[in-house]
Amino acid sequence: MTMLLEQPHDTPLEPPTIEKVAIVVSKGSLEGIYPALIMANGARMEGIEADLFFTFFGLDAIRKDRYGKIKVATVGNPGMHLPTWIGAIPGFSALATRMMQRQMEKIDIPPIPEFVDLVADSGVRLYACKASVDMFGLTLDDFVPHVEEIISVGEFYEKAAGGQIVFT
Amino acid sequence: MTTTQIDNPRIEVDPEGFLLRPEQWNETIAESIARENGVAELTDRHWLVVRFMRERYLATGAAPSVRALGKESGVSIKELYELFPKGPAKLAAKIGGIPKPKGCI
Repeated sequence: MTMLLEQPHDTPLEPPTIEKVAIVVSKGSLEGIYPALIMANGARMEGIEADLFFTFFGLDAIRKDRYGKIKVATVGNPGMHLPTWIGAIPGFSALATRMMQRQMEKIDIPPIPEFVDLVADSGVRLYACKASVDMFGLTLDDFVPHVEEIISVGEFYEKAAGGQIVFT
Repeated sequence: MTTTQIDNPRIEVDPEGFLLRPEQWNETIAESIARENGVAELTDRHWLVVRFMRERYLATGAAPSVRALGKESGVSIKELYELFPKGPAKLAAKIGGIPKPKGCI
């Protein structure tokens, strides 16, 4: 019988940390956009590098003409716990949005336009997806000035290299 | 004499190095925490943020968010991140001897 006199031991490693994230924003509803902004801001608060890549209806979050008018989806959203016909009543989505925004202001979550400014000033880089921009017939002028570039998905992967990708 | 004051066993800190008892804080401790966390020298602008964080915490029991810092401390969000690249709220709280801010914003 053999006995190990010395247990093999690994050299102690630093606990792994996330150094960089690239967050994809693909939805244009209030509940689709906030999580990405909160995650990007939260990353910067921890000193983590963060990029935001807006695609499809997620582009509404950075469109000058739309980012102040983002609404909660009250139809087709099981999280609302409401019959679909109630969610479809004219003005209902606006009302739900106002209520939710009031609640968020109480816990210090800014409205979307201010939040986009906040994350950009915090060093988050904002990019628009080329395929979506072309599809909607948009140009860089349609976006808030923080948006750095319109980039392809390939360029997105290049920029995201070495980090974690989060899809929302 | 640049040895860290935090080695002083009487100063109680959590595993991340935040002071557990804000009343044990002083400016020398602040300077040594800053050095250990990559801020070589605390300028007047750093102090403005650190004091704002600390005073707000002592007055309200909660550290302000980055948003509140940007609006009320007199230092913009951009400058906050220049002063404290590894996270202004977290680092200013640490240097100011108050617990780590718990908010998501």
